[in-house]
Amino acid sequence: MKFSQKPLKRIRISTVMDHLVLILGALFMLVPMLMVLQLASVPDVEIIQRGPSLHIGDQLDDNFIKAMFEASGFSGENTGLSMLMNSFILGIGFAIGKIVLGMMAAYAIVYFRLRFATLAFWAIFTTLLLPLEVRILPSYEIVQSLGMLNTYQGLIVPLIASATATFFFRQFFMSVPEELVEAARIDGAGPVKFFVDILVPLSRTMIAAMFIIMFVYGWNQYLWPTMITTDEDMYTLVRGIKQIIQVFEGTNLPEYGRGNLLAMIAVIPPVLIVVFFQSWFVKGLTESDK
Amino acid sequence: MAHVHFGAVQKIYANGFEAVKPASFTITDGEFVVLVGPSGCGKSTMLRMIAGLEEISSGVLRIADRVVNDIDPADRDIAMVFQNYALYPHMTVRNNIGYGLKNRAVPRDVIAKKVDEAASMLNLTEYLDRKPSQLSGGQRQRVAMGRAIVRDPALFLFDEPLSNLDAKLRNQMRIEIKALQRRLGVTSVYVTHDQVEAMTMADRIIVMNGGVIEQIGTPAEIYKNPASTFVASFMGAPPMNLLNVTRDGTGLRLADQVLNIAVTDIDETVTLGIRPEDIVPDPNGSLSIHVDIIEELGAHRLLHGRLDEQPITVHVPKDHDVMTGVSRFSMPLHAVSLFDAKSGLRLS
Repeated sequence: MKFSQKPLKRIRISTVMDHLVLILGALFMLVPMLMVLQLASVPDVEIIQRGPSLHIGDQLDDNFIKAMFEASGFSGENTGLSMLMNSFILGIGFAIGKIVLGMMAAYAIVYFRLRFATLAFWAIFTTLLLPLEVRILPSYEIVQSLGMLNTYQGLIVPLIASATATFFFRQFFMSVPEELVEAARIDGAGPVKFFVDILVPLSRTMIAAMFIIMFVYGWNQYLWPTMITTDEDMYTLVRGIKQIIQVFEGTNLPEYGRGNLLAMIAVIPPVLIVVFFQSWFVKGLTESDK
Repeated sequence: MAHVHFGAVQKIYANGFEAVKPASFTITDGEFVVLVGPSGCGKSTMLRMIAGLEEISSGVLRIADRVVNDIDPADRDIAMVFQNYALYPHMTVRNNIGYGLKNRAVPRDVIAKKVDEAASMLNLTEYLDRKPSQLSGGQRQRVAMGRAIVRDPALFLFDEPLSNLDAKLRNQMRIEIKALQRRLGVTSVYVTHDQVEAMTMADRIIVMNGGVIEQIGTPAEIYKNPASTFVASFMGAPPMNLLNVTRDGTGLRLADQVLNIAVTDIDETVTLGIRPEDIVPDPNGSLSIHVDIIEELGAHRLLHGRLDEQPITVHVPKDHDVMTGVSRFSMPLHAVSLFDAKSGLRLS
């Protein structure tokens, strides 16, 4: 009788140590999340009385229903669900807007003999030095005078001009072989066809990587939505959570449970996106099938 | 099918570099012309001007009697095969081949039919649904060919299409391309730096050097009667022997031998060219060559040595025994080419 068993892989002590360190680190990083979960499971009064504790309460489902389906605030319909929706619209609109604009800007800079292409590129690049926070007053002024306060356009459009995306796509387009452009020219593809038929499909891993980064970035926007949306049905999750916890007037307690649960929910979509598109993300930033 | 006419076509780059000096010649209908020369000689620039990928600085270029100087590459009725294949990596072989037709709004069923025809001509039928990354180098090159022939262009342009293939595949593709061109009868311009490719494939060869056309002629003409010392040394492997000779009365003196060639009409120094295979071993010959190295090539041997301190190569058949040291050879005068030593040009 033959044993066709594979020889046992030897487990080395250093491997065990490595993993131990990693596992401990991961658990340590999870502590704040677990704390939020614990706080969401006990009645709000208990939080005021005792603060964070190891006691797991029974309020999790109550808080979930309250968070997702009951409106908070004075006027609006800002249930958790509607805020989640607004966050998705902001995140996706933000990501797509940045990608479309960045790709087209990079296309113009790389493939067309513009007079000041390099200058234009560096001008775009220096806007990295001027983040939203620096130019928030003029930006607000413009959006306000265009009557775009409390609209999705107002929320998204001023944020989508992106030096980062333009830069990444520029680097990518510059690595596309010149012969491909020439072959397409001889095949009768004009500038638009070349962009749509060849450049966009070639960039798809790059687009996916950009989408992940930009979606998470857009999802986590706080300052700009706070400025632009005064109407409660336009609140995004990140902005809405704060609003809930802030209410501390008269004998009303802040709704800690509800706020903490929303915070948990707000974390989930970016995490899922990163988990599911991880392989695309790595591919997009490291390799390409040119 | 078409003929191509160059009327003093010149290329000067923006930095002032003159890549192609004004060139005039005509490529006739159905001809396979090879542009050959060392890198940087302007041959690729010449091809790219025909393709429309490079602007023509001055002169007139006609394809099928139509001046194409300002016509877009897509409208010149040409097809081009690139060195690195330039296949669209995200498209299947089928879409790669059909892309040019699709852009010209050819009906779908016609595209399908033509792609199938081209694929069967190139033995690509079973690969039609693969991506270029799943093909070997030779297959990719065939897809690039398919993309060219599917459009029935008036002119094929080849830009060093075989230089990325290994030697064996290169020999095979060389024959395939030549056979395909014969069958389709399409005028073709082929750029290469490999003189073997030029000799084997061309109907006519254009030898270029430093932006200047050195010689235009059939492979046999160019081999036999090179127009300059550059052509003599560039074409042929091993190249033609070039020896300095001195005048002696009305004849020429090479080492101990006085060559009975009348050169009364010139008085400059002269370079003598002789192909290695035209020098024959001869115990009574007048050339005594000191053989240093014997290169065994199976079918024949190459002897590298010195004749009066000038390097010389001799090609001998495999059944001829040789040893290093001094041996005697002779050369027939009818095989000798003479060049002006200063200008390098052929003396008639």
